[in-house]
Parts: sequence; structure tokens; C-alpha cells
Amino acid sequence: MTVDTRYAVNVSPKPGILDPQGRAVEGSLDHLGIAGVSAVRVGRRIELTVSAADDAAARAVVERLAAELLANPLIEAYQIEVLGAVSSIESDSASGAPG
Amino acid sequence: MTVKIGVVVFPGSNRDIDAVNALEVAGAEAVILWHENATLQGVAAVLIPGGFAYGDYLRAGVIARSSPVMRSVARFASDGGLVLGICNGFQVLTEAHLLPGALLRNRGLRFVSREIAIAAERLDTPFTQRLGERRALRMPVAHGEGAFYADDATLDEFEANGQVLFRYVHEDGSRAGGEEDRANPNGSLRAIAGVTNAAGNVAGLMPHPETAVEAVLGSDDGLGIVASFVASAADRERAGGPVEVGAR
Repeated sequence: MTVDTRYAVNVSPKPGILDPQGRAVEGSLDHLGIAGVSAVRVGRRIELTVSAADDAAARAVVERLAAELLANPLIEAYQIEVLGAVSSIESDSASGAPG
Repeated sequence: MTVKIGVVVFPGSNRDIDAVNALEVAGAEAVILWHENATLQGVAAVLIPGGFAYGDYLRAGVIARSSPVMRSVARFASDGGLVLGICNGFQVLTEAHLLPGALLRNRGLRFVSREIAIAAERLDTPFTQRLGERRALRMPVAHGEGAFYADDATLDEFEANGQVLFRYVHEDGSRAGGEEDRANPNGSLRAIAGVTNAAGNVAGLMPHPETAVEAVLGSDDGLGIVASFVASAADRERAGGPVEVGAR
């Protein structure tokens, strides 16, 4: 039997790496009349479902994927988030839970 | 006999025909290497051209890394084979860990498509041996993610090992400054436009020498680089293996 688990991998530029996208977002804040916002960093979030024998096996797959493909460890850091078992996510959306 | 050089084609490659033309102008026979085929067809060297391999999804070059042809190119490179990556090809080689460093989004955020100048830091490599002298070489850049990055310690190491192959320069050959200097089109650290691996048989650069090989194209300054690559491939084929260019 396998378990289907939904994960998210959040990838962001490592501290100290210049993030031109973040800088561009910061540059637009003046136009919106927003003050007091700084250190904007733009990353990306990848969500995926993993079928594996157990949680540890699933986690190992996500770790490998994150380190070898989804993030470039030279310039990016990543953080893995467990979103839950897929069946419970499906029943949540079926019951009309706010997303 | 004409030396055969492979040109890798991924879905999204778009400078492959320019690469084929440049290799032919330099006297080589170009062999197309389709990404799904693992065979390198006995070529003497491999060129990875520019474009947007696999749509540049996730990060430029990363999806291309795991293609069958790139697994063969990695083996070819580790056996000492000559590999040159141009623009997206450079990005593919860094993502494949065949070249050091990373190429970040241009510091000015814009896709930059215009003529720039680079100069070779070394004239004794398989990619620069025919240049003869250090001078500003005019050729186009066309990329959105070309800012060369590595941490300071790694950059110092590249410099000490002679792995910095090309830098962006002004017309007079003097080194370009940081991102505020128009001569550095993408804000590359230390104005680095191209590097080699530690062994010196794999190189990549962001500018396009292959589209500057005939006067009718606006510049033929890129021909010296392509001709160096072709001559080195031919030398190696004759010698039956890697040739120490600097030792001659």
C-alpha cells in the first residue's frame, strides 16, 4: 500500500544573493504609496503529490527532487512543507472549505 | 579529412542553425545531435547552442541537464572531450555541473539584445588558441539570465586557476565595470562573460561568437573563437585524444 502526500517546496534566493526581481518589486512600492516595506525576496513555490510506502520514503523523494532539480543549491535555499494526505485535501475542497 | 563537430538540439534551441553555419565557415562538418538520442555519432567535439531549451522552465538549462544527450555529453566531457556552450548552452552546462558558477537574471531585469565586446583572458586554451592577441571582440548578446555568479572565494579560485576565459570589455579592451557600466550587459560579477572547467576542456560564454563569423553579419570577431574550437577538435582527433594546447 502506498500513501499519497501533497508537498510544497518553497525556493528562495539565498541570503546575500542579489535578487533583481525583489528589487523591482521594492521599486514599485513608492508608486503604490506604501511605506515601511523592505528586503523583498522573490522565490517560487512548487506543489507536488508523492506516492510512497510511508512518510519517510516520500520525504526522501522530495528532498532529492528539491536539492537536485527544483533549487540550485549554489544560489537558492529551499524549505519543504507537508500539505497533508491527498485524500484529506480532496475532501476539504469537496466540503467547500475556503482555499 | 573534415573534422565533425556535434551541435546539440533541444526543443527550444534556436541558435543551432547559426552554430552549424559558424562551424562550416570555420571548416568543420556539423552533425546535429537530437536531445533524445544518447549517441554522439563519433564527433570530435560538442557545441551546445543558444535558445530556450525546454522553454527555460524552472531555471534556464535545468531540464536539459537530464536529457539522454546530456548524459552522453557529461561522459564525453569527463573523458576530456571538448565541449563549448553558448548562451543557453552555457546555462545548460552550469546546471549540469560541467561548468562552475550560475547565471542569474540580468541585474537590470531586462532581456538584453545588442552588440557588446569581450576579450579573452587566456590565449592558450582550446577555445582561444587562434585569436593571436588580446583585443576587444565585438559580438551580440541576447539573453535575460546572463549575470555570472559565484561566491567571492570561488571567484578567487577561478582567477587563480585561470578559469576565467572571457570578460566584458570596453572598445579599448579595458575591463568593464559592474552593472552600472553599459559594457557589462547583465551585471556579471568581475565582468565575467565566459569560463572553463578546472580541466580546461569545457567552456561556456553568454555572448554569441557564432553569429559574428562573417562581415555580412556585422562582425566577424567571433570567428577566431569558433576557429580555435574547430582547430583544437581536429588536433585532438589527429592525436587520438586530448592535446595540450599550451604545451606547444
